[in-house]
Amino acid sequence: MDTPPKAIAGVSTFLDDRLGAGSFLKRNLRKMFPDHWSFLLGEIALYSFIILLLTGTFLTFWFRPTMGEVMYNGSYEPLKGVMMSEAYASALNISFDVRGGLLIRQIHHWAALLFIAGMVVHMLRVFFTGAYRKPRELNWLIGIGLLSLALFEGLTGYSLPDDLLSGAGLRITQGVILSIPLIGTYIQFFLFGGEYPGEDIISRFFTLHILLIPGILLALITAHMILMWVQKHTQMPGKGRTEKNVVGAPFYPAFMAKAGAYFLFTFAVLAGLGTFAQINPIWLFGPYTPADISAGSQPDWYMGFLEGSLRLMPAWEINLFGTSGGTIPLSVLIPALLPLGIIMTGLALYPFLEQWVTGDRREHHIVDRPRNNPHRTSIGMAAITFYGVLWLLGANDEISANFHIGLYETTIFGRIAVFLGPLIAYIVTYRICIGLQRKDAEIVSHGVESGVIKRMPNGEYIEVHTPTSDDILAHMRGKKEIPVIESGADKEGVPPKGARSLLGRLRAKMSKAYGTDHIPLEEAHGEEHAAVGAGERKEVH
Amino acid sequence: MTDNTIDQPEDRVPKRVIGTPPPTEAVLKDETVHEPAALPGVQYQDPVSARKAEKTVALLFTIAFLAGVGFIVSYVAFQVGTIDKTSTSNFALGGTLTLALLSLAAGITTWVRRIMPKYTMVQERHPMASDTETRESVKETFLAGADESGFVKHKLLRRTLLLAAAPLGLAPLVLLKDLGPLPGTKLRHTVWGEPTKTGKPRRLITEGTGQPIRAADFNSPGGILSVVPEGYEHDLNALAKATLILLKFRPEEIKSGTNLNWTHDGIVAYSKICTHVGCPAALYEQTTHHILCPCHQSTFDAADGAKVVFGPAARPLPQLPIGIDDEGFLIAKADFNVPVGPSFWERGDAEAEARQKAEKA
Repeated sequence: MDTPPKAIAGVSTFLDDRLGAGSFLKRNLRKMFPDHWSFLLGEIALYSFIILLLTGTFLTFWFRPTMGEVMYNGSYEPLKGVMMSEAYASALNISFDVRGGLLIRQIHHWAALLFIAGMVVHMLRVFFTGAYRKPRELNWLIGIGLLSLALFEGLTGYSLPDDLLSGAGLRITQGVILSIPLIGTYIQFFLFGGEYPGEDIISRFFTLHILLIPGILLALITAHMILMWVQKHTQMPGKGRTEKNVVGAPFYPAFMAKAGAYFLFTFAVLAGLGTFAQINPIWLFGPYTPADISAGSQPDWYMGFLEGSLRLMPAWEINLFGTSGGTIPLSVLIPALLPLGIIMTGLALYPFLEQWVTGDRREHHIVDRPRNNPHRTSIGMAAITFYGVLWLLGANDEISANFHIGLYETTIFGRIAVFLGPLIAYIVTYRICIGLQRKDAEIVSHGVESGVIKRMPNGEYIEVHTPTSDDILAHMRGKKEIPVIESGADKEGVPPKGARSLLGRLRAKMSKAYGTDHIPLEEAHGEEHAAVGAGERKEVH
Repeated sequence: MTDNTIDQPEDRVPKRVIGTPPPTEAVLKDETVHEPAALPGVQYQDPVSARKAEKTVALLFTIAFLAGVGFIVSYVAFQVGTIDKTSTSNFALGGTLTLALLSLAAGITTWVRRIMPKYTMVQERHPMASDTETRESVKETFLAGADESGFVKHKLLRRTLLLAAAPLGLAPLVLLKDLGPLPGTKLRHTVWGEPTKTGKPRRLITEGTGQPIRAADFNSPGGILSVVPEGYEHDLNALAKATLILLKFRPEEIKSGTNLNWTHDGIVAYSKICTHVGCPAALYEQTTHHILCPCHQSTFDAADGAKVVFGPAARPLPQLPIGIDDEGFLIAKADFNVPVGPSFWERGDAEAEARQKAEKA
């Protein structure tokens, strides 16, 4: 093709005359996107969000966000003639009286689960590879904001159908709000328009769920994308890759087409789940009443850790002013706010704490392999274990029932595991990282095993090692030193200014622990086959 | 196509395993291959295999087309209205949609991987920070502008502007006040304490059937009922605080924690609203007399004043004083003496307060 088709040329000229889009496209059509499977995780969340917007809009055409009571008269026989809120009745209508309604509702629910799951694994990728480092701290913070908002979006969403299960979640939310010291009751009365459940909460949550939160999400996602575009994507260490370049495939045509296909794959998986994997069968739960509940009620997966922490907490409650008030229900307040607070605050502060500890103010565009920053990786794994224990214990009734373990034993196990688990995870991860670094160092200095056994003149058998291929070697040699702040005393025995205070000394100590490289990579040995040491180990008996 | 004559590094693998034939000449070696002028980092696909791939892609796109048509046909062909029909429609619509999306995605992926070139192109990065010259110039412009605007020099202007902004900033918060009424003492009372229209005591009503409960009929020990207040059987706000569980005990089973004056013939009524976060504590184990809340597993000993035996709830389920009216139906003699449901800041140690009151009386 020598000239663009007339239709495209005409439109392009029209737009460029008015917008000057040409220079933007000249710079950006061939923008490079590095390849690595883990860079695709965030895209899952992005595409799920688009699918959520599309399916959600469809649902709003039939959903009626009001709590006025009506008698159900739709197609679902078992509930005919039952009094229920209009919200629940319209959710049933979407499921049974609108063609494709059930499908879209189920895709919407699955997409919500995948949206948050995609965000979480994407965040873990960014964390474990250190991709949040300068200059990307702002985008990291935007990401944390997105995740927090997405949790709220999920909560407001699954409260809407007003069935017995969604009501149970709402009731717990109300109990948690009530527990907030000083202003809890006021917030509850303002949010619910009076006493629980009132008649306002569904319509209010509806506005939050379809307008306010998605609006902010959309704005933040746009900012997230723009920043990623402007700062260019990070890349894995490898051949020809430096801090000053991006090696990959151009946006047009390859990345564009791949992204399109990936969107379709995501949509296909969600459509498949929406078709074949039933989710939230609201017609089985019946209308909400605060007097009833079904056993084994479980929230959506991303709320599970809050459920778990509520279940684990011992019954602590204090009355500051005795009989006249000042009640602080610690058994609600701590589990509802503390784990979430620790995780979210920890995530938000981590880039800045790490910078403070390492004193590293450089830009980073090549990411770390997780093993090469063992303390970061161990902290991450400890956090995952903390979250994981809470999440698992959110289903302790199911565990107890299915595995025939005493219910209270699971709780007591959880109370211990939530503290001990992260500690063990930290130590184990640290050892694994060091072990993997050792393996890397061995491959770099001795090459890889070739599978060829050689007999030496003296009768000894050794396995021939061959030099590592260039790309793998470059990948391993991408390991970078973690800086350690200056803390040693100068000639006169005076430590530098920053290291004199208690905090300064702590910082210096942490910096040394965080940055010390226990397994530095050596130069490759020049020998043709295995070093004698390696040969000895590979001896055939 | 692969090039078999590629040189292996001398020492990576043995050149040829003894007894295997030598590498043959490349089959298509002579074919002249038209390669477009190559850009650095762009490695074109072999045209022959690209043509083969095109057929695969075309097949996948055709499947996507047919499945898309199938989706529209399913919409028309399968109606909803019963559980079975809805299920069929769901499978037909979802199945065709999934197939269409999946084959479209697979087609595009095949296109990218087997027809488009392989890229390892390099693009330069530039530091995010602007150079010092630019920073300097922005700084100067900013200072000049601030000076020109007079915002710095004219103190009165600056301060009154800030003053003007303050109430406008608060306005949105003020506007939210009518979101709900103030709590007052609403959380401390339930409808059990309110007088009925007829002036008679309020009866206990079985949830679901809506029938009052004759004490003489609720006579098998170990029995349990979910109870709602007469006149408020469907009022969710009332039920959120006033729902009860009614239990029948043998007299010897009742322990000291239970207020016997508030029972009738071994029948005890507790608030069903869990004191942890308000779920209905709905599970009951007859042999141990344990009431279990399915949400967070707070466990209460029903025989002993519903005191907490396990879990996160910090307080027992409040007991309701009950009796019978002249027709023998169970009634509430008074409201709960402590607030029911989850704890809140203003609540205080209402149990201690109630005990003090009882001692004075």
